[in-house]
Order: sequence, then C-alpha cells, then structure tokens
Amino acid sequence: MNTLRRRRIANLVAFSASTLATLIGLAILCAILWTLLSRGIGGLSMRVFTEMTPAPGSSGGLLNAIFGSVLMTLLGILIGAPIGLLAGTYLAEYGRSSRLSTVVRFINDVQLSAPSIIVGMFVYTVVVARMGHYSGFAGAIALSIIALPVIVRTTEDMLNLVPKSMRDGSAGLGAQPWRTITHIVYPAARNGLLTGVLLAIARISGETAPLLFTALNNQFWNGNLNKPMANLPYVIFQFAMSPYKDWQQLAWVGALLITLFVLFLSIVARSVSSLFGQHANPGE
Amino acid sequence: MNTQALALRTHLQREARTEGVFRVATRFSAILVLVLLAGVILSLLYGSWPALSTFRWSFVTGERWNPVTEIFGALTPIYGTIATSLIALLIAVPLSFGIAVFLTETCPRWLRGPISMAIELLASVPSIVYGIWGLFVLAPILQHTVQPWLIEHLGPVPLVGVLFQGPPFGIGLLTAGLVLAIMVLPFITSVMREVFRMAPLSLKEAAYGVGATQWNVVWDVVMPWSRAGVIGGIMLGLGRALGETMAVTFVIGNAHRISASLLAPSTTISASIANEFAEAVGDLYTSSLFALGLLLFVLTFAVIAGARLLLLRLERNAVRRV
Repeated sequence: MNTLRRRRIANLVAFSASTLATLIGLAILCAILWTLLSRGIGGLSMRVFTEMTPAPGSSGGLLNAIFGSVLMTLLGILIGAPIGLLAGTYLAEYGRSSRLSTVVRFINDVQLSAPSIIVGMFVYTVVVARMGHYSGFAGAIALSIIALPVIVRTTEDMLNLVPKSMRDGSAGLGAQPWRTITHIVYPAARNGLLTGVLLAIARISGETAPLLFTALNNQFWNGNLNKPMANLPYVIFQFAMSPYKDWQQLAWVGALLITLFVLFLSIVARSVSSLFGQHANPGE
Repeated sequence: MNTQALALRTHLQREARTEGVFRVATRFSAILVLVLLAGVILSLLYGSWPALSTFRWSFVTGERWNPVTEIFGALTPIYGTIATSLIALLIAVPLSFGIAVFLTETCPRWLRGPISMAIELLASVPSIVYGIWGLFVLAPILQHTVQPWLIEHLGPVPLVGVLFQGPPFGIGLLTAGLVLAIMVLPFITSVMREVFRMAPLSLKEAAYGVGATQWNVVWDVVMPWSRAGVIGGIMLGLGRALGETMAVTFVIGNAHRISASLLAPSTTISASIANEFAEAVGDLYTSSLFALGLLLFVLTFAVIAGARLLLLRLERNAVRRV
C-alpha cells in the first residue's frame, strides 16, 4: 500500500514537472515575441522602408538592408533550389538504395546542422579571396549552400510519399523515367516541394554568420551584386552592438521584421505541407 | 505510314536522350553535395596550414591569443565553446525531456498540434534575434537578479563556489549557455518526441497491465527502449550548440581569457571567428582563425555524425520490428 502511494505521488510530481517544462518553453517563446513587439513597433514607420541606413545621430531607415537581404535570399534560392530538387530526385528516384545515395543522404543530414559560419569561411576562400573583394554575389552563394541541404531533405521525403503505383502506371504507358518524374511525380508532390523551398527561404533569410565575411555590409544603396551589399541581419548585428540609441532602435525594428517574416513563412510552409497530408519536420 | 514511323522514332530517341541528360543532372547534383563538403574541408585545411605548421600542438594547448605579437593559442575559445555547450545541455535536456513527455503522454490530443508547433517555432527564430534578446533582455535580468543571488548563495560553497565568484557582468559563459539552451531545446524535444512515439504500444500496455503508473511506463519502459534515440537527440543538440555563432557573439563578452567563474566574459570558437575574421590583419592571424574553423568543423562533424548514426540505427531497428 505504501509503495503504491509512493508511486502515485512520483507520478503526480513527474507529470507536474513535465507540464511545467512545457509552460516554461511556451513562456520563453512569448517573452521573445513580446520583447520584439514592444521594442520594435515603436520604431516602425514608413521611413524604415523608404530611407537608407543612417549615420549615428541622424534619422534613417532600413531600405538598402531590406533590399540587399531580399536580393541575396532570392538569388540564393534560385541557385540552391534547382540543385537541391535534382539531388533530392536522385536520392528518391534513381539512386534510391545505391551506395552513393546512402553517403549523400548521411552527409546531407550532417550539413543540415553544421555551423553556418564555416560555410562563410569556405565561400570567403573560394569567392571573396579570388575576386579580391566582398560582394553580394558571394553572400548569395553562401546562402545557397545553406539552403541546399534543407531542400534536398524535404524533396526526398516528399517524393517518397508519392505512391509507387503512380510511377508504375506512367511507366506502363511507355513513359521514360524522366517524363514520369517531371509530369507525374513532381505535380503529385507539388505542395511538399513548395514547403521545402519555403522552409529554405525561412532558414536563410535570418542567417547572419555566413554573410559576415562574404557580403559584408554597405551603408548606401547598392544594386550591384559585385560590390559589398547591405543586409538586414548584418545591420541588426552592427546597430545592436553600437552605443547609439537610434541605431539600437532600428536594430529592434529589423529584428521584428525578420522574425515576423520567418515565423509567417514557417507557418505557411507547415499549412501547405499539411494540405499535402504530411507533417514536415524541418528542424532535424 | 513511313513518315509516321519516322516521327515516332525521332520522338522516342529524343525522349531517351532527355532521359540520359536528366539522369546525369540528378546524379551530378547529388555528387555536388559531397563535393561541397570536400571543398569545405580542403579550404579549411588550406587556410589553416600556416598557423598549424607554425604553432603545431601549442595552437590547441596555448592560452595566449595575441594579434600584436602574433602568438595564437586556442585554448580559451575551445574551453568557452565546450563550457557554454555543456551549460546549454544541462538546462535544455531536462526541459526537453519534460516537454516531450508532456506532448506524448499528458497533453490532450487537440492541444498537441498547437503546442508542438509553438515549440518548433522556437527553432525558426533567427539566431541573431536570440542574440539581441539575450543582450538587451536576458543579460540585464541575470546581472541584477540572478547572478548576485548565485554569487551570494553558491559563491561560498566549497568546490562549486569558484564557478560563481567575481562581479556580475551579465554577459559571459552562463548567459551564453542559457541562450544556447533555449536555441537547442526545440531540436532535442523534437527528436525525443519522435523516439518516444516509436515505443511499441504492446510493451506499454503490458506494463499498464501489471499495474504500472503512467510515469513508471515512461521511465521504466519507454526510456530504456528509446535510450539510443534520446542520446542521439542530445548529441544533435550538442552539435548545434557547439557551432552556434551569432547569438553567442552577442552575449559571450569576447574576452580571450579563461577564468574559473562562469559569470565572467569569455569567447567561443565561433564567436572569435565572427568577431575577428573580417578585421584580421596578417596572414598568420587569418590563418589562425581558419584553424579555429577547422577545429570547430571537426568537433561538430564528429558529434553530429555520431548522433545521425545512432538515430539511423534506431530507425532501422524500428522498421525491422514492424
């Protein structure tokens, strides 16, 4: 009787603790969002979207940084997505159980959690050092390398969900595998593939470390990919670490904008993939 | 008739040619993933060669990091990286375990989706946001409330006391560890939840059948069954914590100095690279930062690869059992 009681108490304590852990997790999320909203909204005005990053003490916005971030993210996805789609296609279709696939799959999964600053060093060596200067182009390449494993992984997962009978049906009509893949499998997995790309955009649009010594920064408007390019994460870093109050205010505005954008994308990506009937697991 | 046959043949030939091109393109893209990894390793080796050949082992064992006299020893960043990651795990692992248990056992079904989603959203918050939040919100709280309390109550305790002595800086190893804990929490939680869910229902039911409480089932049936997966999840979190850059750079204090106290500013491998790389003058300085990068790469690669292997084996076992 005594041990039963003790076990019941242990049960109660353990599950109260686990509920508490969950509440702590949720509280942290709320605390971060609350801070961002309360500190960021005050500085939010049209100016943020129409003016360049200011010198300390004068007023300004984040236009050049937002533009640079959007441009490099888009370019990064344009480079990373096709390669990732094709590589994922190899893993799910042509190479399914080949030795090459096993190795690529494993290395790709490791790259998913590899430190992004190392990608920055790599791109510095092969692009920046070669060209002799920092550039928005180098930044976009670094971002594409970070997007790649996300897209490879989701593409493979999503293609694997397409029933084999659909491929068999297409092959039975005499279609070559490439036609089956591009005309039957891709359309069937469309939402899933889109999810992968959205998640990759969410992932790279907040990345800072790989841009530190590839795109660097630029205080002025610059549409030239061959020159250092302003970007939101770098500006947040620089402005937040500065002693100037108006710079710090802009840093909070930037952080709010990035977070809202990334959270919005993650939620959209999840709903798109749940339309497809599959829960994507981007974290791992 | 003849022209039709001809048209069909050219059509089929074209289809077959495209097939060849497409197949090669997918294969090439898959190989590119490996080429990129090889490129990363080679560029790190190439970049770090001057420093490693100059300092040899003293690069890892030396504590001095002096750009003026060009003597570089990485002991401080190595210590900082490992210390912050361990603090992060000490905090994140119990919390993640609790959340995973809550989500698989206690939570009402309709709440599971929203709560898992909220926890996973923590993973998509950019690391720079954790950095700015850690610096402006968490650090002041720690400096004015938590750290004075730690210094007063734990400082005089023998053995562990040295960890909590000195002035409360707000930024430093402990703060970085806390921020890292929040950042790795969703990753560990998500792996634990998945492996807990894989535990066979028949085992759990058998335990309930002989009168086990729900907690008995979790601790004595599910846990032993999913131990490999849990360790894999923790190692995955460790890999993340070791390599995390921006958030740590904000709150670590960037001091090349090892102090016993966890409250003191220090630096990590990634934070040193982030702070110094763009401004490094001189080949040896840059090369030393590359050597730091190589160290970080080897460390995280080993940990993450180990984690993946554990999880992979678990997955295979689960498939075999079904």
